[in-house]
Amino acid sequence: MYDTSDIRKGLKIMLDGSPYTVVEFQFVKPGKGAAFTRTKMKNLLTGAVLERNLRSGERLEPADVETKTMQYLYGDADSFIFMDTSTYDQVHIPKSTVGDQSAFMPENINVEVLFFNGRAVDVSLPNFIEQKVVEADPGFRGDTATGATKPVKISTGASINVPLFISIGDVIKIDTRSGQYLERVGRA
Amino acid sequence: MAASRAALEARGRILRAVRGWFEAEGFLEVETPSRVRSPGQEVHLDAIAAGDGLWLVTSPEYHLKRLVATGFPRIVEICKCWRANESGPHHAGEFTMVEWYRANAPLETLAADCEALIAVAIRAAGRNPAALGLETPFARTTVRDLFARHAGFALTGGEDAAALAGAARAAGVALGSAAAWDDIFYQVFLDRIEPALAAAGPTFVFDWPAPLAALARPKPDDPLCVERFELYAGGLELANAFGELTDPVEQRRRFESEAAVRAARGKDVYPIDERLLSALNQLPPTAGIALGFDRLVMLALGATEIGEVMAFTNA
Repeated sequence: MYDTSDIRKGLKIMLDGSPYTVVEFQFVKPGKGAAFTRTKMKNLLTGAVLERNLRSGERLEPADVETKTMQYLYGDADSFIFMDTSTYDQVHIPKSTVGDQSAFMPENINVEVLFFNGRAVDVSLPNFIEQKVVEADPGFRGDTATGATKPVKISTGASINVPLFISIGDVIKIDTRSGQYLERVGRA
Repeated sequence: MAASRAALEARGRILRAVRGWFEAEGFLEVETPSRVRSPGQEVHLDAIAAGDGLWLVTSPEYHLKRLVATGFPRIVEICKCWRANESGPHHAGEFTMVEWYRANAPLETLAADCEALIAVAIRAAGRNPAALGLETPFARTTVRDLFARHAGFALTGGEDAAALAGAARAAGVALGSAAAWDDIFYQVFLDRIEPALAAAGPTFVFDWPAPLAALARPKPDDPLCVERFELYAGGLELANAFGELTDPVEQRRRFESEAAVRAARGKDVYPIDERLLSALNQLPPTAGIALGFDRLVMLALGATEIGEVMAFTNA
């Protein structure tokens, strides 16, 4: 068990049955009362952030969570298959756990997989990926009313809006959180 | 983060202005020992050992009350105080206290003193109280009123710890393992009431429940409350005031009960200050108050961390 003196950024604890990671904390103490640690925590399953005033000496249950770097290998009907880059063990993770961000998860990319009680519960992609454009319409003129962009496809099949000068074979940088084009980084 | 040059210069000006205000009000500025045999007995205030069986003062209140009892009706002390294991945005282990006493004055006079002093401090910092949302009079409320409005349940001060915990849990407060009356109270206070106070303008919170009496006397017409206020302004707890308890028998009972809690929790137990208890017989009806000077400077300068108004943040 931890107590409030163990609280630091990144500490993983259980609260109301869910694992949380400490995001911020500070010492507070009402004039005549006990010391408390005002603790901002992020739910590792839902991403929801909450704040709790934890009284000095309060016991905190450690959360059995672990982050592993894994390489994405391929997908089947309802899972993605990842390989632990240190043990080479393979795990199947349901597509629903990865969610929409799989559109920006090319094969062989390294991701961070969060395990809670031994089960994969979250997959984090790098914030940015660089991908080759595999499909683009050279004759696309764009819609000048909404800015000069056109849709292209990358190898994962995802469609990205890019400036008109981008063509097949260009390597572009994409923010995986927003799915937005950032810049052209070269040609394959 | 230590203070900027501008903050230190403002701090110096505020200190001079505060001293000038007390002098104009007819106060005698006194000095009391920094190393004392009895640094208090409050359950949640831990003193730092200072050698020879002495402790650094956590507050000069005992000696100041003894002085009032010997015939000094208006005294003020501006001194360093030390508290173990207190370090945070609003806390420094060594800080400056302004503590003053008025014999034969009601608690309300101290509230008016605070309003005047804050205006003095803000002007000394070259700012305008109204522009900071600190025009007088400040709001006045009670602990019961704050609970009724923000806690989601009523507080009387007469309920036992089990009843208080039941009401707090029913109102959705996460109490953890809190079982002592004051621990339950402060969990609700921090979760529900302090955020409301931080969002409000400057507010005096009067009529604290009897279990949080400390050195305050019970209200004659409402013995579940004591004569005590705390001043909150700008998200800071600035000052704590008592209508001072002058009953040595009741004061000894409180000291002994606090000592028992400290012992049960494995904390240092300090000697009961017999010289204070015998002086209480001579103490006229008195109102006394402690105000954190560093926090006053924070308020005047709009600082969010105490280190922004201190020349050195570590020894």
